[in-house]
Amino acid sequence: MANHSNGNSNHTESSFKIPPIKFTKLFINGDFVDSVSGKTLDTIDPRTGEVITKVSLGDAEDIDLAVKAARQAFDHGPWPRMSGSERGLIMLKFADLIEKNADELAALDAVNGGKVFALCKVIDVAEASKALRYYAGAADKIHGTVLKLSKGLHGYTLREPIGVVGSIIPWNFPTVMFFMKTAPALAAGCTIVLKPAEQTPLSALYYAHLAKLAGVPDGVLNVVNGHGHTTGAAISSHMDIDKVTFTGSTEVGRKIMTAAAASNLKPVSLELGGKSPLLIFDDADIDQAAEIAFRALFFNKGEICVASSRVFVQEGIYEKIEKKLIEKAKATVVGDPFDPKVHQGPQTDKKQFEKILSYIELGKREGATLLTGGNRVGQKGYYIEPTIFANVKDDMTIAREEIFGPVMSLMKFRTMEEVIKRANDTTYGLAAGIITKNLNVANTVSRSIRAGVIWINCYTAFDVDCPYGGYKMSGFGRDYGLDALNQYLQTKSVVTPVVDSPCTIGSFDEDPDDSTHIYAQNYPTPPGSSSSPTVPSILLASHPSTPGPTPPVPPLRRASWRKSPAPRLSCWIQRRISSPSGLLHPTGELDSRPLDRGDPWTWASTCGAQRTPSPNSRLHRIC
Amino acid sequence: MAAASRISSLLSRSLASSTSSSLISKGRIYGVGRSVVCGYTTAAALEKPITPSVKVTYTKLLINGDYVDSASGKTFPTYDPRTGDVIAHVAEGDAEDINRAVSAARKAFDEGPWPKTTAYERSRVLFKFADLIDQHTEELATLETWDNGKPYEQAAKVELPMISRLIRYYAGWADKIHGLTVPADSPHLVQTIHEPIGVAGQIIPWNFPLLMFAWKVAPALACGNTVVVKTAEQTPLSALYAAKLLQEAGIPAGVVNVVSGYGPTAGAALASHMQVDKLAFTGSTETGKIVLQLAAKTNLKPVTLELGGKSPFIVCKDADVDKAVELAHFALFFNQGQCCCAGSRTYVHESVYDEFLEKAKARALKRSVGDPFVAGIEQGPQIDSEQFEKIMKYIRSGVESGATLETGGERIGDKGYYIQPTVFSNVNENMLISKDEIFGPVQSILKFKDINEVIRRANTTTYGLAAGVFTQDIDTANTLTRALKVGTVWVNCYDVFDAAIPFGGYKMSGQGREKGIHCLSNYLQVKAVVTPLKDPAWI
Repeated sequence: MANHSNGNSNHTESSFKIPPIKFTKLFINGDFVDSVSGKTLDTIDPRTGEVITKVSLGDAEDIDLAVKAARQAFDHGPWPRMSGSERGLIMLKFADLIEKNADELAALDAVNGGKVFALCKVIDVAEASKALRYYAGAADKIHGTVLKLSKGLHGYTLREPIGVVGSIIPWNFPTVMFFMKTAPALAAGCTIVLKPAEQTPLSALYYAHLAKLAGVPDGVLNVVNGHGHTTGAAISSHMDIDKVTFTGSTEVGRKIMTAAAASNLKPVSLELGGKSPLLIFDDADIDQAAEIAFRALFFNKGEICVASSRVFVQEGIYEKIEKKLIEKAKATVVGDPFDPKVHQGPQTDKKQFEKILSYIELGKREGATLLTGGNRVGQKGYYIEPTIFANVKDDMTIAREEIFGPVMSLMKFRTMEEVIKRANDTTYGLAAGIITKNLNVANTVSRSIRAGVIWINCYTAFDVDCPYGGYKMSGFGRDYGLDALNQYLQTKSVVTPVVDSPCTIGSFDEDPDDSTHIYAQNYPTPPGSSSSPTVPSILLASHPSTPGPTPPVPPLRRASWRKSPAPRLSCWIQRRISSPSGLLHPTGELDSRPLDRGDPWTWASTCGAQRTPSPNSRLHRIC
Repeated sequence: MAAASRISSLLSRSLASSTSSSLISKGRIYGVGRSVVCGYTTAAALEKPITPSVKVTYTKLLINGDYVDSASGKTFPTYDPRTGDVIAHVAEGDAEDINRAVSAARKAFDEGPWPKTTAYERSRVLFKFADLIDQHTEELATLETWDNGKPYEQAAKVELPMISRLIRYYAGWADKIHGLTVPADSPHLVQTIHEPIGVAGQIIPWNFPLLMFAWKVAPALACGNTVVVKTAEQTPLSALYAAKLLQEAGIPAGVVNVVSGYGPTAGAALASHMQVDKLAFTGSTETGKIVLQLAAKTNLKPVTLELGGKSPFIVCKDADVDKAVELAHFALFFNQGQCCCAGSRTYVHESVYDEFLEKAKARALKRSVGDPFVAGIEQGPQIDSEQFEKIMKYIRSGVESGATLETGGERIGDKGYYIQPTVFSNVNENMLISKDEIFGPVQSILKFKDINEVIRRANTTTYGLAAGVFTQDIDTANTLTRALKVGTVWVNCYDVFDAAIPFGGYKMSGQGREKGIHCLSNYLQVKAVVTPLKDPAWI
């Protein structure tokens, strides 16, 4: 395998032995299985364009099987029914297993994705364990809230797992994305059908194997390889998937959301493309700024959604920054990602490779100045030189579209106001960087840029505790942090009247516009219900006007508690009114008569009564 | 398995057949030979206590990463409550040792590396500590039983798993301690940063020596603090062992210091130390008052107190009597009645009172008391002679004040501190046994007529730690839940102690909460950071 540097070819052989590929089938319900069709997919080594191995190619039928397994595991299996701490223990074990197999896993991503092996190990695979441990620690901390309801109601929220999650992940960070999606979903108690990118299925299958070893029950985590337009489409339109989370291009994100809308309205979270600006101000340290800017774009060969693909440099230091960046690009060693001297591996596949080269041509054609790079490296595989354009105008294609490759666009600016405007002039809003020593500039720009992550004097500073996601057409929802857990949880509110509570006395407040208390006073108490809720005497002990063990109930209180459940119950009734159970009056109006404590939940019988509600009732307006 | 369900498994009394510890193999033979030591009348069973097969390795003070003698060179004996014999002589810490420990903790806090270690790294140390606790369950549980007298099975199968669970819980918090960005009225950026509070002094009791150690140490360490723990003089052994495991897990020297010693000397020195930033105490209300005063008189260090209780257990008219009897029995007699949240006032509705009383008495008679190392034993000896005498005094007081002694009331055997499970009926709120915390196996049963009455009576106490409510009626449950002035209400359960459930008292049962998210705030300072915004896009 050839090893190249930018400009200077430097042929050496990689000494690292790629491990044999152990897992190539689909992982469904705890077993590795062939696809229903029996078809396979070639997975390619981007260093050579040659086939590494064949993996089973999943399609809609395989997704059906995986969803069935995940459904069963969710509806009847132990995973969502375990305590959070038990799920956490299994996830901790999963993390330990990944650490033990770090070399092999890093090699899979390196050979499959053209990623630098050493970085895969210390960044991608280490991050996987970290994410699992973080969310293992979150699994027993999913708190609902106990609510402070008005007027004699007690309520609380339960945070329940949302169900079967469909995850569709991209090829640029096969490991990180796998855990960015699965770790919080597992912690929440969900079951998962995950489709890795067709370019990089290998590590995902290995992780499925480790999950099983760690004790994740069968059916909880299913991995189905396949193409987006078949397998991915089957996930996003599946009627038995409760949630879809996707990371990838804006174009595909739109299709997924459309499919979700057209099928079962499953909630979707999307982490899509970007055209993230990096703003370098005159007061920046030149060396530090150049270093940050260089890594912000060229990290992972530019295949990163937050890549700072628009570098705005203030005019006072522009020349110096440009010079430094060119030096850095020229010093970059492009070559076999297993070679420890190499900084940049090949692009992930032929299609990307060709797309990037065509953007470079477009940049030249539209009048940008090519400072360095611009060519493929070698004759085999998908290597591209680190490329920098100067004199890029905001309306050029390379400044507007996501290139997803090692192509930097340099732009000059004068004032903060100007650069804020230009930075925001994009349909994307994923990330932004600011390099300055000035506190006011840092604060003002941070609030002004419409993007989900702002890095000040750093870039790609990801942390599992730091939520991450986009504004505008970079998507919605957040991965990482405790925010990510929310994507995999439903909120259920539980409400019940509470009688004789010390809290309800204090919380009574009379609303003169609220006519509901008229109901409470005008309607007779339904038979069988107790006529006057009593107040615990202990609570009235300090109430001089109500001495004695069984004091008369203050009239206001009586009205207050009786009116309180009514509006809420009525709303609730209305939701169920479509069933032909006699809940509507002949007039078509809803019976909003307040229910009494005697049988607050036997609403059907009460509401079936032929009563005419007051035409002035506010309840009708409320509901 | 959740710790809560482990506790409740004690209710099923199915433990007799399930032990398999090599450390108590002698006990198993013994247990098998005699079947289960059932009922407290088998005093003969106490004659030949089993010799625990664990060596007492750590008896010195742990200061700055080393086990050291006390400055004075003094030691004190720690006793086996089964016999009153000495287990080991332990270095006796005093003010000078506290000074040394605090200065080690101070240095470890001010200079690092612990508070400067990333949260993820801190969490990994705590996860490792939990794993080590799991790996050393037998040794730790044996030390615990030997020093404290609690049933070995309870220590090994309930408490130790609860401990590792709790440590993992706080390990998981370390990297999720979030401040807020705060809305401002004017163009300002406002943030809160939660910082570790500093050197925490922690004084723990003898009833759950290791569990209390974990409750104190785990959240403090997760937040990045350094600690000086003073263990109870009755039970110094298990914490010294656990601290060794903490070091093995990677805790830097000086971060955790353990000083054995007495309250008036070592405890007082810690509570009044000017370099201690925070104090947490679990113990009696009487001592809690002293601790709070010492903190007030010195550097105004914030104090959390988890003190005594006289917790009501209320059995309503709709209760399933058999279940209520079992749960009320468990609520009081668990851990020899030595629980701050013991259900020590059992209120029973008049309509089920007679049946309840008869069954509660029968249940107490059936309680197996004996050598806590023997499988199937539910109740071991009380902790020490002082507690033993105090409990016997309360039993006499109960009789003298006119309560009916239904069963028990006597010591068992003539060695060690065993007391018969004791049940009083016809108890009223004027009697000392329904006012004072007895901290022993003495159940008081009181009769009530209606909900309002029982609310009033249940709240007639200076304590407010916990309460049990036994009913199927949703309104009764909700009413009682809100009306009782206590820190924990267990409805149709008792002593459910998940790591995530906050625990602490109203009134004179203490201040602050331990466990759960709430405990973190005990060990954090909040720093508000405010800076003007120049021409912000919004505020």
